[in-house]
Amino acid sequence: MIGIFLTGAFVISGWLLLNRNIFINYTLLVIYMALLVVFGVFEFNHLNINEFEFLRPDALGVLLLSALCIVAIPVIIHGYRYIEIHNIDETPKSRGLFFGSMVMLISACSVVYLSGHIAVTWIFIEITTLSASALIYHHRNLRALEGVWKYVFICAISITFVYIGILFLSLSLKDAGTDDMSFESLYANASRLNPFWLKLAFLFIFTGFTAKLGLVPMYTAGIDAKDKAPAPAGALLASVLMNAGFVSIYRLYAVMSRTPLQHWANTVMIVAALLSIFVATVYMTRIKNIKRMFAYSGIEHMGLVILGLAAGGIGVYAAILHIILHTLIKPSLFLQYNQIYWVYQSKSIYDVGDYFKYNKVGAIVIFLGFISATAMPPSGLFISEFLIFQSLFEAHNILILLVVLVLLTMIIWGFGSNIFKLLFIPPLSIEESKVPRISPWESLSQFVLLGLAVYLAYNPPMLFVTLLQDAVKLIS
Amino acid sequence: MTDILLIALAMSLLYISIANRLFTYLNILVFQGFILFGVTFLTLTKISTVNLMLIMLETIVFKALAVPWFINYVIRRNGITREAEPYLPNFVSLIIVTFITVATIILSSSIKDVNLDKTFFVVALSTIFTGLYLIVTRKKIITHVIGYIIIENGVFVLSLAVGNEMPMLVNLGIMLDIFASVLILGVFFNRIGDLLKDPDINHLRNLKD
Repeated sequence: MIGIFLTGAFVISGWLLLNRNIFINYTLLVIYMALLVVFGVFEFNHLNINEFEFLRPDALGVLLLSALCIVAIPVIIHGYRYIEIHNIDETPKSRGLFFGSMVMLISACSVVYLSGHIAVTWIFIEITTLSASALIYHHRNLRALEGVWKYVFICAISITFVYIGILFLSLSLKDAGTDDMSFESLYANASRLNPFWLKLAFLFIFTGFTAKLGLVPMYTAGIDAKDKAPAPAGALLASVLMNAGFVSIYRLYAVMSRTPLQHWANTVMIVAALLSIFVATVYMTRIKNIKRMFAYSGIEHMGLVILGLAAGGIGVYAAILHIILHTLIKPSLFLQYNQIYWVYQSKSIYDVGDYFKYNKVGAIVIFLGFISATAMPPSGLFISEFLIFQSLFEAHNILILLVVLVLLTMIIWGFGSNIFKLLFIPPLSIEESKVPRISPWESLSQFVLLGLAVYLAYNPPMLFVTLLQDAVKLIS
Repeated sequence: MTDILLIALAMSLLYISIANRLFTYLNILVFQGFILFGVTFLTLTKISTVNLMLIMLETIVFKALAVPWFINYVIRRNGITREAEPYLPNFVSLIIVTFITVATIILSSSIKDVNLDKTFFVVALSTIFTGLYLIVTRKKIITHVIGYIIIENGVFVLSLAVGNEMPMLVNLGIMLDIFASVLILGVFFNRIGDLLKDPDINHLRNLKD
């Protein structure tokens, strides 16, 4: 099925690039969405059965793939709305490139989730860089060029880092007397890996994948990318692509957890996570660009996820729950951002305000999204963050817990002051006659996503919990 | 013989640290491409002939000819000035690159692993770090690209060290080369040249908070 899916995705993506007819364009997108859903359901029913030797839908992969299917459909629909509204700048060519790369990005991410071999992961992560850069450069102006240049350059360096890490991993495998670099073989031989090379490999691969996951040190590229990419594409970059980085790091960490180096790896991850939350705090408290604010909020959440992973115990469960809920919540903010831009024609916090007056339904989405993203109850993230804190407490990392709590409070303050300005305080100058009427239907998908996040956290179906527990078992 | 070639590669790093003109950088890239061609031929004795030919073809065509030629084309097309414009004086650069090499030698002597060829390790690491150093201390975007290609050369040397046992990794390295270089050079640098007549990194400083 992966073969059919990938071939289909390549054909559809290529056809979208070449095609200039608007009707064929949207027909292809509908076919792709159907293909994606069929693929997701198929893999869901074929847990842990290898395909093509290296592709293995394990519990974590299937969970993230389902989240991707749920997010991808509204993103593609809003992509269509985006292209429609931006009609003046859009040519058939730019439309084809936009949807073609979007299809490619979604497909590459879904293969990364299911990959059971570190080289396969690496190749498809490269493809995500390629397709994401086409999305970032959609507007073809100087700012977009700057964003895409930085993104491509930093991703190229980090992908090189991952490659160096893979080379070191192969050196550490020599002690185990095998050259099979699939994750299965790495788990089986973990105790016989050479610890020195394994340490170096972990450092390089972790650093490399932070570009996708959005952690210190390589997070910078992602921020500019999410800022400059059209909002529907930003929604993908802020959720689906970050998950691709997470799954890669998680699988490598699962190898580390089977060796005596686990404690050392935890220290590395805690340092990176704390620095990320710190960086996010610094920017969130003084940021004036709404889109970048959402992007930095993602950095904060990824820091929390990695913190939970490093704390161990219930933290691993919480980390996976957190990343899935984040996948549902963050796109809804980005999708709503488009409507903010239609109203104010600006992304600066100085130009916006009184959103309740201009778009009531959208303002409710922003308000609920704010509550969800800052993990205030009844947000789903409240549950997962609470569990992460509990795991930190149980691991006797009280000091880290205190620091994180203080930083999170500051983030809520920074996030909140901007959001309340947007919602309630009248803007300095606005031409009310030019403000378009926005249909409440535009916000429907965001309500669904936010509602689903609450539902999954407070009343999780048995199947969901079982999958989560299976995913946790990867770490021993 | 392999050792001589690798040491020549390390020496080219010292030369690039004091080079003033962009064309000197390009000549060094060509030189490194030919060295890698030779090292590949001498090192990868245990892999299949077809694979070896593919790898050698890639080093000679891609590393030694196509990429330097393309950078040359970009420089001429966009009328980029010939100075490399470093932030630091050449003498300091020379000291730092020497220091990088010495540090990697000390680092590698502390590793006790019979599986590893030390010469490959030292040359690869010093090439990678020199590339990073060039990126940090040069002003032009084109020198950043050249620095990145030097990093890739270093990574390629490292992959040769394990190449006989795992040819798959060398092939992956080639993919990295082609993919990243084409991505960086082909698509975007061309565009940067169109939009920015003077490709100086200072023009790309507007995205911030």
